Amino acid sequence: MKNRQSRRSFIGMMGGAGLVGALHPAMAFAKGAGDRYLLLVILRGAMDGLGAVIPYHEPKLNDWRRILVPPEPGSAEGALALGVDGFALHPSLEFMHAAWKEKELSILHAASSPYRERSHFDGQDVLESGAAQALAGRDGWLNRALQKTPGVEAAAIGGALPLVLRGDAHAVSWAPSILPEADDDTLERLMRMYEQDKALQTALQDAQSLDMAAGDVDGDAKKVVAGRNYGPVLEAGANLTASGAAGVVVMSLSGWDTHNNQGAQTGILAGRLGQLDKGLVAMKRTMGSKWPNTVVIITTEFGRTVRSNGSRGSDHGTGGVAFLAGGAVSGGRMLGDWPGLAQGALYEDRDLYPANDLRALFKGVLRDHLGVSRKDLDRSVFPDSKNVDPLKGLV
Amino acid sequence: MHSQKTMIATNRFGLGARPGEAAQAASDPQGWLQVQLESKNDSDFQATGLKPSDQAAREYFEYQAARRKEKKETSAKADGGNPPKPIMNSPRNTLAREIEARTRFAVTTSNPFRERLVRFWSNHFTVSTTRNPVVPVAGAFEREAIRPHVTASFFDMLLAAEMHCAMLLYLDNAQSVGPNSPGGKRRGRGLNENLAREILELHTVGVNGGYSQEDVTNFAKVLTGWTIAGPRDRNPTGKTYFDERRHEPGTQVVMGKSYPDLGGEQAVKVLKDLSTKPETARFVSTKLARHFISDEPPARAVEKLTRAYLDSAGNLGVVSAELVKLDEAWQEPAEKFKAPDEFYISALRGLGADSPQSRGLRGTYASLGQLPFSTPSPAGWPDEAQAWLGPDSIQKRLEWSQALANRVGRRFDPRQFVEEALGASAGERTRAMVNGADSRQQGMTLALMAPEFQRR
Repeated sequence: MKNRQSRRSFIGMMGGAGLVGALHPAMAFAKGAGDRYLLLVILRGAMDGLGAVIPYHEPKLNDWRRILVPPEPGSAEGALALGVDGFALHPSLEFMHAAWKEKELSILHAASSPYRERSHFDGQDVLESGAAQALAGRDGWLNRALQKTPGVEAAAIGGALPLVLRGDAHAVSWAPSILPEADDDTLERLMRMYEQDKALQTALQDAQSLDMAAGDVDGDAKKVVAGRNYGPVLEAGANLTASGAAGVVVMSLSGWDTHNNQGAQTGILAGRLGQLDKGLVAMKRTMGSKWPNTVVIITTEFGRTVRSNGSRGSDHGTGGVAFLAGGAVSGGRMLGDWPGLAQGALYEDRDLYPANDLRALFKGVLRDHLGVSRKDLDRSVFPDSKNVDPLKGLV
Repeated sequence: MHSQKTMIATNRFGLGARPGEAAQAASDPQGWLQVQLESKNDSDFQATGLKPSDQAAREYFEYQAARRKEKKETSAKADGGNPPKPIMNSPRNTLAREIEARTRFAVTTSNPFRERLVRFWSNHFTVSTTRNPVVPVAGAFEREAIRPHVTASFFDMLLAAEMHCAMLLYLDNAQSVGPNSPGGKRRGRGLNENLAREILELHTVGVNGGYSQEDVTNFAKVLTGWTIAGPRDRNPTGKTYFDERRHEPGTQVVMGKSYPDLGGEQAVKVLKDLSTKPETARFVSTKLARHFISDEPPARAVEKLTRAYLDSAGNLGVVSAELVKLDEAWQEPAEKFKAPDEFYISALRGLGADSPQSRGLRGTYASLGQLPFSTPSPAGWPDEAQAWLGPDSIQKRLEWSQALANRVGRRFDPRQFVEEALGASAGERTRAMVNGADSRQQGMTLALMAPEFQRR
């Protein structure tokens, strides 16, 4: 992010009084519903839920996947005990462990969307559209929820709006520039050229404001756009919220498809989880005084196989894990049911059984955090989901 | 100065004027368009080096088999290790060549109206590489199912598109099995409704076209059996064929009409009837009017196109000619905001380029927000300004424009660019800003970002 100082002067020149004054009117007053903020983090590629939240009390755990299991809690480099059954967090998730103890983190294990096959794209399609099957939805559940919460501005980090945020409600995307940014003089001339073209003028002005709001993003811009550099993505998302540009932000992190050499206490998954954990630290710091009003949903399209595979990794599975973090979360809870890892308990004799519907988690957050009505949740946000009760008491 | 009417022909109907093109269109802009509709084929599209879909599909099967084998061998080794990269023609390379060829043709063609129609119909019948098996055949789909039909029969295009391996794979019909067919009874495989639903909702009568869920299910049964000869078949040709063993037996009722079981022909009969329905005529006409006139298509224009469609039994040459005759399509100022790929193509045409950039084409498309053949849903790319006028997309256009201007700036006079690419469509303000720029590079950036160049 070059040019930060000059961008500031450009916005000043446009007659804005500081950041918020320069924002597009809709963005200047953007708030969460009643000052509540929702950050949705999608882990693309299917995060290994059993690798992140490990059930050490399951007798078969090491039979299924010994090479993927970190040392037990209490031992060197051991996992971080949660105090519920034998569940423990991966040793890389130090911040999340602290958040758990402060009751700012809850976990939904054995969770899945209604999708039951094993394609990433279709799985993400169902996760984001809120429809029962792939390609059946044209827009996303979060966008449909936003249609019921007028005044909440939404944004996504990335080159385009993800499906979950596409639809009739207004939403913008932001990505760091890969090419050099335009210089101030050119911007100023463009604004004059657009004086009689409201649409282009607004878009260009908002672009500069968004760029300011997202803040200085470190690292390779291409990697940030692709969601391969987690810290900057999460920090930019938090910046958009903290600066008042958006009340709801979606972020995508890729690289979770650990078919090969997944590792245990160290290795590929450990590295990804560590990056995620550090990003959450930055996120909390950035949110500052808004953290107590914030819910962060961390979710993924499906889980991975219970057994390790022949290339020291895991393959596409069904039941996975979702996290709720944030100051607004009524945390320290393992949510939903636990199907276990006994031989007969596995789904199709290979996956963690999908005992819990992710839509119940999303519905619970949307209802109790953003104030979307049960009727709207059942009918339009998640069509035909009347039989999926929102999880209670999440926030 | 080239008249507004001339520039509407080259920019709204065409893909953006190349230097000298406006001069050719000037004497009779409508006639210039009409001639393009009458050119009998698109033999000027160079498919040299591109693969027919069956060949691309067969290579894909081999590629997949090789990958599986490698994975197995890697698994067999205790130490794991990263799987070696397949050495064969990768599907992504096939796709990259298709995208480059299609881009090159759009930048250079002297039948740009015709090419715009190809892109319009290709988007109407979207196949997307978001599903892996579509990757190697997406480009071939456009060449085989769309190009030959853009000024001919809608029914022929419909049939070619729905029965193309890319579509059968994209919308799952290749795996759909009639529950009471021999294959369904033996393997317990089932019906997949994706293709049936999208044909009705997106390709023919439209979402308000008066069909029910039962129609979707019945139509899905009609379509069972149409699949592609893949690796599990005795002869994996990569071609579309009708597999009687997967076909749901029996008469099916679709939208109030009974279709006896004629095997594969049953689907052809339904498609034929769908192609001539008034709802289809109206749905398709509305989309055409939206593309060529305004995000909110004027009712009279839709009416006239619908009539032309019905009177000609869905002859797209006739419908396109009607489009050229519509007063509504020749109004200024231009209302259509260019989608990213329209912007990109028109910029290169305006500069008289004879090929796209050789490196980084994929990255350019992606950062502008519209990588060809990668639409996120079967609905295709949106055709409304709202979808493309977001702050970030404008920012990325600006950055790309500036980079292009810096590359070509010293060789091109932006004032000349404005004359050739915009002519009388360029307003006073834009001219003044371009003339007053402090360098050729800045002038070119402003010209590319001018409201009149961002719209058509």
